[in-house]
Amino acid sequence: MPKMSGAEIFVRALELEGVKHIFGYPGGAVLDIYDKLKFSDIDHILVRHEQAAAMAADAYARVTGKVGVCLATSGPGATNLVTGLAVAHMDSIPVVAFTGQVPTYMIGNDAFQEVDTTGITRPISKYNFLVKKIDELADTIKKAFYLARSGRPGVVVVDLPKDVIREITEFFDKEYKNKKVEIRGYKPNLKGHIGQIKKAAKELVLSAKPVLYVGGGVIASEAWDEVRELSELLNIPVTTTLMALGAIPYDHPNYLYMLGMHGSYAANMAITECDLLFAVGARFDDRVTGKLEEFAPYATVVHIDVDPAEIGKNKKVDIPIVGDAKLVLRELIKEVKKLLKKYPETQEIRKKWLKATQRWKEMYPFYYEPSDRVIKPQYVVEKLSELTNGEAIITTEVGQNQMWAAQFYRLKKPRHFLSSGGLGAMGYGFPAAIGAQVAKPEATVIDIAGDGSIQMNIQELATAVQYNLPVKIAILNNGFLGMVRQWQGMFYDKNYSNVCLSVQPDFVKLAESYGAVGLRAEKPEEVEEVIKEALSIKDKPVVMDFICDREEDVLPFVPPGMALKDMVLPKYKKKKAIKKVV
Amino acid sequence: MEKACYKKHIITVLVENKPGALARIVELFTARGYNIESLNVGETEDKTLSRLTLVVCGDEKVIEQIVKQLRKLIDVVKVRDLTGKPCLDRELLIVRVNVDTKDKKDEAKRLSEIFGAQIVDVSHDEYTLELTGDEAQLDAFIELIKPLGIVEMARTGRVAMLRSLYGKTFD
Ligand SMILES: Cc1ncc(C[n+]2csc(CCOP(=O)(O)OP(=O)(O)O)c2C)c(N)n1
Repeated sequence: MPKMSGAEIFVRALELEGVKHIFGYPGGAVLDIYDKLKFSDIDHILVRHEQAAAMAADAYARVTGKVGVCLATSGPGATNLVTGLAVAHMDSIPVVAFTGQVPTYMIGNDAFQEVDTTGITRPISKYNFLVKKIDELADTIKKAFYLARSGRPGVVVVDLPKDVIREITEFFDKEYKNKKVEIRGYKPNLKGHIGQIKKAAKELVLSAKPVLYVGGGVIASEAWDEVRELSELLNIPVTTTLMALGAIPYDHPNYLYMLGMHGSYAANMAITECDLLFAVGARFDDRVTGKLEEFAPYATVVHIDVDPAEIGKNKKVDIPIVGDAKLVLRELIKEVKKLLKKYPETQEIRKKWLKATQRWKEMYPFYYEPSDRVIKPQYVVEKLSELTNGEAIITTEVGQNQMWAAQFYRLKKPRHFLSSGGLGAMGYGFPAAIGAQVAKPEATVIDIAGDGSIQMNIQELATAVQYNLPVKIAILNNGFLGMVRQWQGMFYDKNYSNVCLSVQPDFVKLAESYGAVGLRAEKPEEVEEVIKEALSIKDKPVVMDFICDREEDVLPFVPPGMALKDMVLPKYKKKKAIKKVV
Repeated sequence: MEKACYKKHIITVLVENKPGALARIVELFTARGYNIESLNVGETEDKTLSRLTLVVCGDEKVIEQIVKQLRKLIDVVKVRDLTGKPCLDRELLIVRVNVDTKDKKDEAKRLSEIFGAQIVDVSHDEYTLELTGDEAQLDAFIELIKPLGIVEMARTGRVAMLRSLYGKTFD
């Protein structure tokens, strides 16, 4: 009786999956879907470039923990999604992307707007499907959502030929809901091996100088409370990757801030000196480790990850634990508590170590030379942090803006820092802010941007205006592709080649022409006013153009290929000698 | 980047018999810069599964990564590294050799007899020889017939499975 077209099944299945928002852009191959979508409760956000649809869906997922959904037509629609999907893929974000495709009988003929979407997206997805028969459609959608959110989350692409979505078949809500997904080659192991957990617990309790090295997996499995508990229980300093910012509050005494290329002195030194590296949901990326041989060179390494292939990929691991971070940490904490009764005296030495790392933090904080003449980009981020009480959802573009946001925004909560970590895609921040604002209409959402990056998806101002999204864009305008300029400055004798953005739009007028608000600050004393005004606007996007010091560098900086301990530090006003603290 | 070839490993894989499954495996190797020496795909007793045998090169760390990355693929059901295990390991060779003189014909027949190769096709001045054996046998055979003049040859790549006294390849 309930016969439905492929397009109707598509919409219904998504409703049953609990999808509330889709980010997309129509075209010939998906006309039937759009025809039905109009009658659904699912809100469709019409972006202005498909890349933004993928990025917004990614951000929606990062903020909510649910699967983000985007939709594009065949051919150019699908290829435009690619960068956004690669962002999500690299950062293990659950996204399901639906693409139109030419009818099955035309596939392979170089038909109009045909591309091999499954071929193109294979290396940037966890899995992808080309649905060839209407009878496979509902099952495929179910599988797609399951694969995207389970195990190590990721991107799933579902390619929908036009004839398939026009065909008719039976569909029952109940059947869809009750169907269990069975994939024989896919059985993520979530519960860690108890023997390994016990071993790790013992190493921890007996360690003198441990460090918790926390990555995006902790956000994915929502294990931030466990991380904090473990840290407090054993007096262990914590450092996070860019992907895990917010897993522990910025102001937590045990938090040493971000580690890696632009990480803090304290975090990088703690890693260098530790005797136990406790990695959770982190993947030892080169931007984190610097020279691998000198990353935690004296440490016993424990690594918890849901993806066995991450363990031992870059760094040799002594105690691997395959499993979900939250489940494993819960078990581990139980074991630790038992062991602490047996070895209470070990706490003292760890307290000393923690103190030492805290001293590093005080002596060598993230730092810049303040100015009352020009706007320092770091000052803008500090002000944003102060005026939003560290509670805004921050998205970033890529480059210096991203690193300053990471260093100076005093983030309070997880799922509040969205940045393209693995891919490092300029243009991410603004669509991400849109996705985040759609997910959290009440939140303050700020894209901390560079003047280069923002122009990669500036067209989305129209989207934000259309849906009355009050996202704030803070452009740290240095007239340069700043991070590239910094590298040319440091490694290419200041031979600034093609990094000067000598022609720029007037960002204020540009915002206004889209129907958004444009504000500008040219002097330090104007910064606060501009931010306050921007924060007061609740019904449309605001672009804040901060004319910044042009040649400010991001520091600390570990030159590529160097060890973390060889980081270049900012010039602190009062030089204090580094005392050997432990 | 040129990678030195370490010990050869023979890895056998059960994979869903689906479009895209093989592509994902092959692309894994190119994307991660692993070397495949040979790759064989074929049916199994179960129509929904294909069996792949891969010969790959690398140090222990690389091999471990290859196995893990293969296991991670959704369509891959089982993976087993058979290197050093008691297994049957065979490859098929078909080679057309030049035999335009009587001496050459005799030599081709003699070598075929020694190695147990079959002459499966004949023309005026060519024999087509077929040989099944392990890699070393095939290599030796090719080396010896080379002087006759190889016109064309093809090898299937190795297939392998555990000897039955030692249980099933995939348990
Ligand atoms: C799509 C893309 N293209 C190129 C790059 C290389 N890249 C990294 S940072 C950067 C400069 C970014 O300039 P801007 O957005 O002005 O930010 P700033 O560094 O000045 O804060 C570039 C070009 C990139 N990360 N992404």
